Amino acid sequence: MATIDSKIPQGPLAEKWSYYKSHQKLVNPANKRRLDVIVVGTGLAGASAAASLGELGFNVLNFCIQDSPRRAHSIAAQGGINAAKNYQNDGDSVYRLFYDTIKGGDYRAREANVHRLAEVSNNIIDQCVAQGVPFAREYGGLLDNRSFGGAQVSRTFYAKGQTGQQLLLGAYSALSRQVNKGTVKLYTRYEMLDVVIIDGRARGIIARNLVTGKIERFFGHAVVLGTGGYGNTYFLSTNAMGSNGSAAVQIYKKGAYFANPCFAQIHPTCIPVHGDIQSKLTLMSESLRNDGRIWVPKKKEDAEALRKGLKKPTDIPDEDRDFYLERRYPAFGNLVPRDVASRAAKERCDAGFGVNNTGLAVFLDFKYAIDRLGKDVVAARYGNLFQMYEKITDQNPYETPMMIYPAIHYTMGGIWVDYELQTSIKGLFAIGEANFSDHGANRLGASALMQGLADGYFVLPYTIQNYLSDQIQVPRMSTDLPEFAEAEKAVNDKINKLMNIKGKRSVDSLHKELGHIMWDFVGMARTKESLETAMAKIKALKKEFWSNVFIPGNADDLNTELEKALRLADFLEIGYLMAIDAYNRNESCGGHFREEFQTEEGEALRQDDQYSYVACWHYQGEDKDPELLKEDLTYEFVQRQQRNYKS
Amino acid sequence: MENSINITLKVWRQRGPKEKGAFENYELKNVSTDSSFLEMMDMLNEQLVAEGKEPVVFDHDCREGICGMCSLYINGHPHGPDEDVTTCQLHMRKFKDGETITIEPWRSAGFPVIRDLMVDRSAYDKIIQAGGYVSVNTGGVPDANAIPISKVDADEAMDSASCIGCGACVAACKNGSAMLFVSAKVSQLALLPQGKVEAARRAKAMVAKMDELGFGNCTNTGACEAECPKNVSISNIARLNREFLCAKIKD
Repeated sequence: MATIDSKIPQGPLAEKWSYYKSHQKLVNPANKRRLDVIVVGTGLAGASAAASLGELGFNVLNFCIQDSPRRAHSIAAQGGINAAKNYQNDGDSVYRLFYDTIKGGDYRAREANVHRLAEVSNNIIDQCVAQGVPFAREYGGLLDNRSFGGAQVSRTFYAKGQTGQQLLLGAYSALSRQVNKGTVKLYTRYEMLDVVIIDGRARGIIARNLVTGKIERFFGHAVVLGTGGYGNTYFLSTNAMGSNGSAAVQIYKKGAYFANPCFAQIHPTCIPVHGDIQSKLTLMSESLRNDGRIWVPKKKEDAEALRKGLKKPTDIPDEDRDFYLERRYPAFGNLVPRDVASRAAKERCDAGFGVNNTGLAVFLDFKYAIDRLGKDVVAARYGNLFQMYEKITDQNPYETPMMIYPAIHYTMGGIWVDYELQTSIKGLFAIGEANFSDHGANRLGASALMQGLADGYFVLPYTIQNYLSDQIQVPRMSTDLPEFAEAEKAVNDKINKLMNIKGKRSVDSLHKELGHIMWDFVGMARTKESLETAMAKIKALKKEFWSNVFIPGNADDLNTELEKALRLADFLEIGYLMAIDAYNRNESCGGHFREEFQTEEGEALRQDDQYSYVACWHYQGEDKDPELLKEDLTYEFVQRQQRNYKS
Repeated sequence: MENSINITLKVWRQRGPKEKGAFENYELKNVSTDSSFLEMMDMLNEQLVAEGKEPVVFDHDCREGICGMCSLYINGHPHGPDEDVTTCQLHMRKFKDGETITIEPWRSAGFPVIRDLMVDRSAYDKIIQAGGYVSVNTGGVPDANAIPISKVDADEAMDSASCIGCGACVAACKNGSAMLFVSAKVSQLALLPQGKVEAARRAKAMVAKMDELGFGNCTNTGACEAECPKNVSISNIARLNREFLCAKIKD
């Protein structure tokens, strides 16, 4: 059995990263020019890595599936980015940001990685300001901060409700500068379809030109994946339509470990599902829970009348409203962490108190805030979100409560990487949401942007050199090598197989079916039985897909249905991995809730003695269950505790 | 609350940039008025696929109005008839039962059609690559609070920076001018001390690239501002003209 070496540097926690940097190997400038690095993805992680590597002098090839690098889904992040600047003088520090992140992740992340993340968080803010990112400021001209869930300090920097957009445009501008200089070559509307491995090292990729349908080969001395998360396994999620987990599955099938696939975050405040043709779910910022009160009716007959449209929410008097978060969690009330708020909403709806015509929604009410603060203050704080809600639902949140329901938002699991962000395949790196990351079993708000940029600007440009320093003697390889030809043939065979099925089902109809299985059986609350059901159903659906999917058009042409089919084939693999991982993990932690493992009050119950490890899944072949390898998580510096939001 | 409507779609179909395109008509029944415009397009495509036909190709991604990938010229308006939204946030309740909806791609020399409703907007990337950035490398920058910036300037820079690069301004402009797009980036960076240093160089480089790529001139019709889903103001164009003029005089 393979052993797992996370390559954590020696020394005290706060000195590990400095120690690493002072002892790692570097590549001199003349040699950098001779080294090619492929970066797949142009989100916060991909764009910042490609730009930084280009600045250093490497020859970078950067790929994205969209028409421009600026479209990557990092752009949709609303709230903000955390950093331990302590500009507010409220007691923040690198250690505190580290501690909050470890605790928020329910003690399932590596201490050394998370501490490094907290250390470089401050450099990110400096870098973004220097790029011209228009962060919010106070009248004195200094940067403003806001508070976010899971922290007792105000450490979140923001740019209106569009922080992700502004940070991504900052990274995109740095990337564009390198494109202009010729150090980075952009390949837009290209989709990676496989990694090429030569003598055990990643040496290139096979990609499909999405406009012409042509399959092309690209060489790189190293390959970096910044391809995002796999939330779209559920079909409906807050991810973009094109977000997918295919690159992760491709390298998983080549031997890279897939870590903690079952850790998916469900965000409590999304606009509820309206019907069968719904294509995606829209998130309403977590900040709304600062002033909105969440409730459902106390009486079942009221809930029924609301569902049938016989009563309006404003008809229900206060004494008949159940503010269930305030009732269950007096200390944190409506501001409990995301996983807790999501499960509480599900519990009420399952018990028959849900609203909306589907019964799958709860109210988020601003009446009380408007009474207390006045409409103007509420409008100044949340006006843009209220406008967005009204555009989508045609209801005015100033007059009637919003309706919300949880939805899949982010995946903490992903490709396993060591401290250097290198996967279990040499020369293959994963950054941002694509790796299994530093968020453990649950990610805190405003930490995704921090991690993506930390990896891309300040971690990978160092650690990749430790690998590339050995590669300076390796000449650029020809893409005519048999390994490239073989990989390309496998891709072509897969595409031809799909095109020739000529069945009866559309890709979307099958993807929706997978989404229902995932949501119903691998969703917010899982049981041994539900996961067994999920695994059986996913296997059957995989069979149905490979025998009955229909793709119109041709493979050697622009073909959006083929693109979706290739991604769905991989979502089916991920869905199964999520189920088997959740089945294996006999505990509840963070975003993973097994009903068998809860406290008397219904809170997540970890089993530290048995499951304090990273579950690394190792591919064993088609239709075989993967092998489980364990990376033990040892906590040297932090004492693990049960999370408590009641008192 | 839920209602459904029957509609006729008149959709532009075109195989490639050099090929001739034409409108095709499609009937769509029972479209929920709660669904978004792109969900209605998904319905159309499911119907086409069920008939063994190729779906209508259109760009889209985030479906929450921020990535700038969706486009579509709907009933004569970029991003359709509703105010301040992108096509992905337009909802079917804005249309009537029995209505005929005309859907075209962005039409502009700067954005050639790739297929059907999908166009090539890489010219926008090229304009940014020509100078739409602050020339700093990763690392070695001063502390974020080292240079105070007035809140007014920071807020104004943010308003300019809210451009999503969708191309609606070019599609709306009778001259096919990209001035709103270019000026928004020039303004954002010129307003901030970090970007002020190379403001003149930036304005010249971006305008030169825009001209080279075949975008038209600005004649101040204001159509771009009216159709911009993010309300980017044409006062940015005035600022660009000022920066550009100053730069040219100094030469």
